[in-house]
Amino acid sequence: MDRVKRQLAPYFLVLPGGLWLLLFFAIPMIAMLSLSLQQGDIVNGYQFTFHWQNYTDAIDSYHTQLIRSLIYGAVATIFLIVLAFPVAYWIAFYGGKRKSTYLFLLLLPFFVSFVLRTISWRQILTDDGPVLKPLKEIGLLSDSYHILGTPAAVIGGLVYNFLPFMVLPIYVALERIDPRVVEAARDLYANPATAFRKVILPLALPGVFAGVLMSFVPVSSDYVNSEVLGSSSTTMIGQVIQAQYLVNSDYPTASALSFILMAVLLVGIFAYARALGTEDVMKVAAR
Amino acid sequence: MSANISDPSLLRGMTQRRFGRRDALRLSGLAGLGAALAACGVQGKGTPGASAAPDAVEKFWAGKAKTNKIDFANWPLYMDPKHPELKKFTAETGIEVNYQEVIQEMGPWFAKVQPQLAAGQSIGYDLMVITNSFQFSQFRDSGFLAPLDHSKLPNYTKNADPAYAKEAFDPGNVYSVPWASGMTGIAYDPDKVGRKLTKLADLWDPAFKGKVGMFSDTQELGNFGLLALGIDPAKSTSDDWQKAADHLKEQKKAGIVRKYYDQSYVDALGKGEVWITQAWSGDIFQKNLSENRNFEFFVPEEGGTIWTDNMTIPITAKAPVDAITLIDFFYRTDVAATLAEYINYVAPVPSAKEQIIKDAAKLSGADKTAMEAIANSKLVFPSAAEYAKLHYYVSFEAASEQQAFQKTFEPIVLG
Repeated sequence: MDRVKRQLAPYFLVLPGGLWLLLFFAIPMIAMLSLSLQQGDIVNGYQFTFHWQNYTDAIDSYHTQLIRSLIYGAVATIFLIVLAFPVAYWIAFYGGKRKSTYLFLLLLPFFVSFVLRTISWRQILTDDGPVLKPLKEIGLLSDSYHILGTPAAVIGGLVYNFLPFMVLPIYVALERIDPRVVEAARDLYANPATAFRKVILPLALPGVFAGVLMSFVPVSSDYVNSEVLGSSSTTMIGQVIQAQYLVNSDYPTASALSFILMAVLLVGIFAYARALGTEDVMKVAAR
Repeated sequence: MSANISDPSLLRGMTQRRFGRRDALRLSGLAGLGAALAACGVQGKGTPGASAAPDAVEKFWAGKAKTNKIDFANWPLYMDPKHPELKKFTAETGIEVNYQEVIQEMGPWFAKVQPQLAAGQSIGYDLMVITNSFQFSQFRDSGFLAPLDHSKLPNYTKNADPAYAKEAFDPGNVYSVPWASGMTGIAYDPDKVGRKLTKLADLWDPAFKGKVGMFSDTQELGNFGLLALGIDPAKSTSDDWQKAADHLKEQKKAGIVRKYYDQSYVDALGKGEVWITQAWSGDIFQKNLSENRNFEFFVPEEGGTIWTDNMTIPITAKAPVDAITLIDFFYRTDVAATLAEYINYVAPVPSAKEQIIKDAAKLSGADKTAMEAIANSKLVFPSAAEYAKLHYYVSFEAASEQQAFQKTFEPIVLG
């Protein structure tokens, strides 16, 4: 009896998580897959007809936005790494007793909805706003100069909103490095730069990888930053999906686009993992 | 207004599935997954307009009673923020009104309430103001609008401009009565632009690069593309739409368009994000009044459009009797007059003009001139010359045509 119980225990333990995944991941995915192959219009209803043309039509019409989203995602991710690494490094090695305070400060902005924070940037940076108006009045900038509505504004917003997602995983990886390993490198006549390059960086890479995983995916599919800070020439794929769902009630196109985006992001992530030399993506991400 | 979708049975015939769900499954051989996938179909309603059933009005209104509470969904800037009309209504009838400015654009509004209406659930509103657009026909053809009992609308019968009952999107005002009409024209900030504008072509002027606002509503956008090329939207063909779309794409490619806006264009104009923008007539007047600005609004020489926003009762409304009482209340001359005085949109009650002049006579000084200006305003009571410049929306014979129009202009907005 006891043995049976012991054998079954893992299955019982996995049950809540498994049910959760089934309910909130598998079922919605099947529903969305079904939607993406349906045909019709909102008045008469959509019906399932294996309408693969939804996919080709979606790519035809919206490849520009898809590619743009991936570029913005990649650029923002690079900026994120460059900005986050020094922050994480400093907190991990020089934070001392106040490490948790610094981490708390980093997360503090998260107590305000990110939509609100993004909208407040719009108020600050708007064409006649507190930043640009004085500069225009003293003639430093031309009257039609604007920050909002440019790719830079959108990428800036993305970097701003996702910074903690990059800092935290890198911090966790750096935190784990035994200081004695670095000391050993110095003892073996490595100068600080070499020690960083040969010891710290390789050990921090899994953290960078996890950070990329956690930021590149949501950044590329984000629709708030471009909506609030962007213009008609910075439309990202998330906005298209949102508009197809919530403006045009064109559920099939929206679902097809979601699947295309998902596929492209998965391919991107696996390619990145290969390039990094990590055979097993999930193993690294789980560390 | 020319015919929208006139015959619901024709519309149904043209949009019918070409092959059934079961055929598709048999073809696929994936019956298992197929069944799971097919079970996720989205229910439409597709009931032909209730005008087909002569007893629809009696059927809907039978057994409906006053509840003394009503939820009212409207657009922003469509009533004095102090809601004097609603206060008066509550004082006179005892019906409490929860007034919400939740409608910013027709597409999102339809997409938001469609699932609840299709499931026969209340959308939380008993009265909503919707524009004569694609979505109006979608609401009507899905059977989402309650047929109005005209015996409960004595003021409307007495005071409404009879022209409205002839509008093609709802002949005889079966499902809707107008809240206000307005014009789509152009607004600009004269201080920034530095000259007087009169033309649609000014929206294409490279001098205003990155400072031009256009509407994200495909009909509003498409109409202006057509008018800029000298094409009357109501008579346009699908070839014309393509030409207009190309013209609009040029405007976008040249970086002239800042963004495609919903109701938020007013805010963007106020913040200086745009200097010149497509605009709805009354908004600019209100913006000038409330923030002491001096933006200009004009109907371009090439023409503008005229539309009507309509009060409708969702079929699932919990308080339809209270809602229709409120609808009729807005057709009282005095109420229509105070509303027009504030919102500055075209009033569907012609007698409101005399009322406004009478109100003005009681005032003095600046208030008096302001009030007289409203009574004589071409925006509130357009003259014949003004009407001549205005065009009706593109009319669609069938849902497929409407989809084609949307697909032509959508990629511009979602660029």
